[in-house]
Amino acid sequence: MRADQILHPTEAGLYCPPGDFFIDPVRPVARALITHGHGDHARAGHGAVMATRQTLDIMAIRYGEDFAAETQVADGPVRVGDTTVSFHPAGHILGSAQIAVQPVKGPRIVVSGDYCCRPNPVCAPYEPVPCDIFVTEATFGLPVFRHPDPMAEMSRLIASMDEFPDRPHLIGAYALGKAQRLIALARQAGIEGPIAIHGALQRLCDYHVEQGIDLGELIPATADRVPAQLVIAPPSAFASPWVQRFADPVIGFASGWMQVRARARQRGVELPLVISDHVDWPQVTAAISHLAPSEVWITHGAEDGLLRWCELEGIPARPLRLVGYEDEPE
Amino acid sequence: MKAFAHLLERLAFTPARNAKLRLLRHYLETTPDPDRGFALAALTGDLKLRAVTPGLLRGLMADRVDEQLFALSYDFVGDLAETIALLWHDGVDQDVPLHEAVDLLQSTGKAGLPAAISALLDRLGPSQRLAFLKLATGNMRVGLSARMARIALAEMGEPGVADIEEIWHGLTPPYQPLFDWIAGGARPEHAAKAPFRPVMLSTPVDADQLRGFDPRDYMAEWKWDGIRVQAINDDGVRRLYSRTGEDIGGSFPDVIEALNFDGAADGELLVRRGGAVAVFGDLQKRLNRKTVGKSLLDSHPAGLRLYDLMIWQGRDLRDLPFAERRAVLDRADFGSDRIDVSPLLDFATWEDLAALRADPPSQVIEGVMLKRRDSAYVGGRPRGPWFKWKRDPRLVDAVLLYAQRGHGKRSGFYSDFTFGLWDGPELVPVGKAYFGFTDEELRELDRFVRNNTVDRFGPVRAVAPKLVLEVAFEGLNESGRHKSGVAMRFPRISRIRWDKPAAEADVLETLKAMLP
Repeated sequence: MRADQILHPTEAGLYCPPGDFFIDPVRPVARALITHGHGDHARAGHGAVMATRQTLDIMAIRYGEDFAAETQVADGPVRVGDTTVSFHPAGHILGSAQIAVQPVKGPRIVVSGDYCCRPNPVCAPYEPVPCDIFVTEATFGLPVFRHPDPMAEMSRLIASMDEFPDRPHLIGAYALGKAQRLIALARQAGIEGPIAIHGALQRLCDYHVEQGIDLGELIPATADRVPAQLVIAPPSAFASPWVQRFADPVIGFASGWMQVRARARQRGVELPLVISDHVDWPQVTAAISHLAPSEVWITHGAEDGLLRWCELEGIPARPLRLVGYEDEPE
Repeated sequence: MKAFAHLLERLAFTPARNAKLRLLRHYLETTPDPDRGFALAALTGDLKLRAVTPGLLRGLMADRVDEQLFALSYDFVGDLAETIALLWHDGVDQDVPLHEAVDLLQSTGKAGLPAAISALLDRLGPSQRLAFLKLATGNMRVGLSARMARIALAEMGEPGVADIEEIWHGLTPPYQPLFDWIAGGARPEHAAKAPFRPVMLSTPVDADQLRGFDPRDYMAEWKWDGIRVQAINDDGVRRLYSRTGEDIGGSFPDVIEALNFDGAADGELLVRRGGAVAVFGDLQKRLNRKTVGKSLLDSHPAGLRLYDLMIWQGRDLRDLPFAERRAVLDRADFGSDRIDVSPLLDFATWEDLAALRADPPSQVIEGVMLKRRDSAYVGGRPRGPWFKWKRDPRLVDAVLLYAQRGHGKRSGFYSDFTFGLWDGPELVPVGKAYFGFTDEELRELDRFVRNNTVDRFGPVRAVAPKLVLEVAFEGLNESGRHKSGVAMRFPRISRIRWDKPAAEADVLETLKAMLP
């Protein structure tokens, strides 16, 4: 069976005819396999959903218990139609997985979803999965993206908090994954006091704590006076009146995009923190080199840069041009 | 250079002036000599380095990065120095002293420069690489003026900003004597000729306040709408300073050439054609130019209209009463038709002066200046001896069109307002205002914006065009950059006209009729 008969892009997302399922479909489908809980990959309204336990829990928190007609925890290799699928840690957020698709006869395809090869205190580390075809994202698929050590970024945050002790530091971080990672990194960096969180983060932070991740003392950033110098909120909160309760705040944003000044300026950010849950250029190129697949498919992002690299390395590659996925979802 | 790189990064992203001052002061207090002095000079534009061209930098990349990947990266990042800083392969991340980088850029010959730059880049981490490349290309762009740098210095010790400005132009990087003085040592002596001297400034006054003063104690003259300058010829050394001590002579070779006198004069820099003074917009075309072409010199000739003399023919006049200095000024021969003296106004009562102020002979007059006859020339803004009685601001009723969130204390509030006037059936944006309202009014405006948003463009909200703002402004320039063709000076919101329907706001023609 040819590779594109096993998996090919459709308007609803990547479709696998022999297994009759979609991976991370952007529209409601009968059977969906979901890599992770970010809103652009995990949507409500499918018939049957297979995902990791944690991804299913996260979807239930976000969409309610009835987000799908039927759910199944991915546990070990599972037979789906005429394929065998298995889920492997992707190192992106809690519960994130790569999905390996093995047809009865034909190439083994690994759909990495969003992934990150750097250690992350809030999720299991990325695990290389041998394959014939590696399906990768290219969110940061340009050689300018070399994300620094997150602890170095934390020391920049701490330096600013020391420089401006009277100013609350409001750091924007996406509600699922980035926010909890930021809090865990802050704890690792020695920030001990209470950290205030915007209401939109509460349930997801609670869930991380239930899963055994230590986030320290979290207090709600909802009172008129918030007794914490460090406040974490989803980026959208900075456009709402919620932010008006803080006197002269330092506005920060934790994202891989912050590496480019113009991007940080557009957001009106005073303290850009380059912290990413995606592979940067050295990671994505090293991952491909290590796996040495016979072909690379690129789902979304800066695919032109990665395609050019594959061309220079002599690795066959093609873009899938999937639509509906954000560069870094909220 | 790590600390310098960190400083540049923070300054670039910090919008608030006070926070910028704090960051700079902290850097200067914690960085050793001579690096802090070189950093200061880099920020004030006083560091003379060999210019590194974009061509040289591109050449460095050519044999390091695939051309296509470089092009894709540059296209995304949008800044050459930043692209290279990010693309350069990581070597060791040493903390290379800033003075070493400065020395490299000052003393390396042209032929050896590419190799020297690339060897240094190999020893730096990404943020240091960017700082070094910005230094090398001479473009800091961190939104910090030389004046602000001197304010930060003044906050570090006893000497005030005026004291520092007075000696600034006699100093050279890395400013060791200056830092010693700030730390309590001796004041550096004037090393250079034609130093800047702190300018005497006035305070605002109105008709009510004037009733408390005796008109016989004051002399009056027009307040010209140009740029206040200090023009010096000290034993052949000619300088033209702005009132904050920036040396702007480079943009005004025609004025420098006309300084055929011996002394230091205080006056207004204006563009003049024949006898007439041109509008401020014409002067603006001459500002901030590194080189001035002959055609611009011909079409926009600059000159001086003098108010006062500080030094004249070797004598320091600053302790004399204004009336005596003015007598010397009136008798003086400046030997150039580009220089004349601002005429005194003839008045006996405040009513006389009010009548003159209400009907000035030129549009390029912003009001009147009042100076006590007995006032010595004192740097700074002493309250009392000199007053400015400005023309009443112009007003238009405009319609709020767009709003953007502010920074710092105004974080989360829509506090930057774009307003427009009617041009036929459509509203054309004519300006932007950030202040003039109270905190309570800001809350009301913020609520209005949130409840009347019709569209969003990134951080900007378009609002339903129904709120009328009374906008006050000081002057008006023609502008090719604005769709409306005019640009207001110092626009602010003087009143919120909750009562007035948008249809009754002013039309663009009304504003254009106010052009000088």
